Amino acid sequence: MHFLQQVINGIAQGCIYGLIAIGFVLIYKATETVSFVQGELMMLGAFLGLVLITVLGIPYWLAVPATLLAMMAFGFLVERVAISPILGEPAFSIVMLTLGIGYVARGAVMMIPELGTELQVLPVPYRDQSVAIGGLIIGMERLVVPAVTAALCLMLYLMFRFTRIGVAMQAASQSQSAAYYMGIPVRRLNGLVWGMAAGVAAIAGLLLAPIVMIDSNMGFIGLKAFPAAVVGGMASLPGAVVGGVTIGVIESLAGYLLPEGFKDVAAYVVVLIMLMVRPNGLFGGEVRKKV
Amino acid sequence: MRFIFKTSYDQDIRLARHSGYVFWYGLLLAALSVAPFVLPVYWSSLITMTMIYGIVGLGLMLLSGFTGLFSIGHAAFMGVGAYMQGVLTAQGWPFPFALAASMVSSAAVGAVVGLPALRVRGLYLAIATLAFAFIVQEVIVRWESVTGGNRGMAVGMINLFGWKTGSPIVFYYICFALTVLTTLGVLNLLRSPTGRAFVAIRDSEVSAQSMGVTLAYYKTLSFAVSASLAGLGGALSAHMLRFITPDQFGIVQSIDLLLIVMIGGLGSIHGAFFGALFLILTPQVIALSKDYLPPAIGQTVGLQSVLYGLVLIAFVLFEPTGIYGRWVKIRTWFELAPLYRKNLLKRQRRFQKTERLT
Repeated sequence: MHFLQQVINGIAQGCIYGLIAIGFVLIYKATETVSFVQGELMMLGAFLGLVLITVLGIPYWLAVPATLLAMMAFGFLVERVAISPILGEPAFSIVMLTLGIGYVARGAVMMIPELGTELQVLPVPYRDQSVAIGGLIIGMERLVVPAVTAALCLMLYLMFRFTRIGVAMQAASQSQSAAYYMGIPVRRLNGLVWGMAAGVAAIAGLLLAPIVMIDSNMGFIGLKAFPAAVVGGMASLPGAVVGGVTIGVIESLAGYLLPEGFKDVAAYVVVLIMLMVRPNGLFGGEVRKKV
Repeated sequence: MRFIFKTSYDQDIRLARHSGYVFWYGLLLAALSVAPFVLPVYWSSLITMTMIYGIVGLGLMLLSGFTGLFSIGHAAFMGVGAYMQGVLTAQGWPFPFALAASMVSSAAVGAVVGLPALRVRGLYLAIATLAFAFIVQEVIVRWESVTGGNRGMAVGMINLFGWKTGSPIVFYYICFALTVLTTLGVLNLLRSPTGRAFVAIRDSEVSAQSMGVTLAYYKTLSFAVSASLAGLGGALSAHMLRFITPDQFGIVQSIDLLLIVMIGGLGSIHGAFFGALFLILTPQVIALSKDYLPPAIGQTVGLQSVLYGLVLIAFVLFEPTGIYGRWVKIRTWFELAPLYRKNLLKRQRRFQKTERLT
């Protein structure tokens, strides 16, 4: 029974990793750059939700879409102001740039008086509720995570499959220049992709906030989304979620079955093994570089 | 303006290209050798810290700036060196032997991390180093019988064959000597065939390979040398701080090290030291300016990280060649005085080498 409980906890945690990893993958596919700021975007989303609900007193169901919209706008703005001027530079410059944005975001949140330096609780309507299924008692906040993740994945799938903008994004991610020649506004799409990635990260933050406390360092969870993205194959959206859940479950079981300490590094051990055995991930095909 | 007439091939690889080098670096060395007697103790300890970070920065510069491999987990090598030094000093090893052992153990760990570099590249390599660094840190935390775990470990005084000293002045000179030695060592390495191979790998792996550079060997070597320098810096910082804990060698420290090479200027030896200077001096400047800033800004903990972030963003966007690149521009302006054109040193747009395979 404990075992199942651990698996369920792992799935909930893994969905968070998966959601952050979706952000990585979206950005990686669109612009072939890696964003180290995803974890901080998640933290910003959680904080924005907190400020809207507790300080301004906006009801939860209004605060969530407001946070989402604000974060999407923020992501769009980040791309416009910082990322797009140096697209095409060596990839590592952009990595450093996103690290810098992360620094600023973390520091800026810490500078907010009172809120920034202490642990905070996000009041959500489903707090402290639980569901009993056949002897298992599952906290509502853990059940909500996979449900929202599944809904979000469905929405993303429908968007990429059926809407004009989704198809345009797919085209741009296959070949930017070809998409550009076809009249697709690639630059605007890149901004939109960053907006989407920030939005997904904000959702992850709002979902994670009831499970753990909000603090300015929660963005470091984003580093565990890299293993998720790599396990899933870096360029595959379903792979990101599957990778995230895999990492989450392995981590949770490692905490349950193995001695103390293995839980914290389980994700990294998995990613190292993955890189040695199948660098392209579970969903990445075998491709060779042609000269 | 200075014209250099080349009369022998040796001039191409000579370390001091002209008499100006001899004069200015001689002046710098002379100033640094009298510094601890002239400056207050606090200032000379800052110089010591800068030199230590300069050594670590040199290591990372060799890896990232000259071999083109990026490591987001370099602090782990520092940690290995620092803990090795702490443990061996506690067992009574003389300082030079303990230092050598720290460097060798860091190099060994570095060579292990270098192994994935043979299969994966670019971003994946960065993630591999990140993962490895987390694992190393966790090992240090959990190996309590040796490292003291999260409680940390006190590091003994420097033991020079029975003569124990905690004097900051002696330590300053040890760091000074080691900094000069490593800098000369790295400079020499870079003009040797090995160093040329590193640079060739950075510029194009395919063409390096076709010129007969064994990628596996040189990549692992670069990781090992870089890690051993990080280990050296770590060992020195252990003596400097006297007390080490695992979270001093975590991801934040790794990013600080990347900050050194990025802000200093990728691919230049000067850059490592400029970057180290920036990293050490910024907190001091913030501390000094606290009295003048409004308390709502000056007294908060986040100021330093906001400032680091903004400076990093500004450098990546406007001066990707770092402080050293800016310095070269200023120097050239003075050398060419009225003839300097605005776009003389304008960087050419270096287009990204795609890692996408389809």
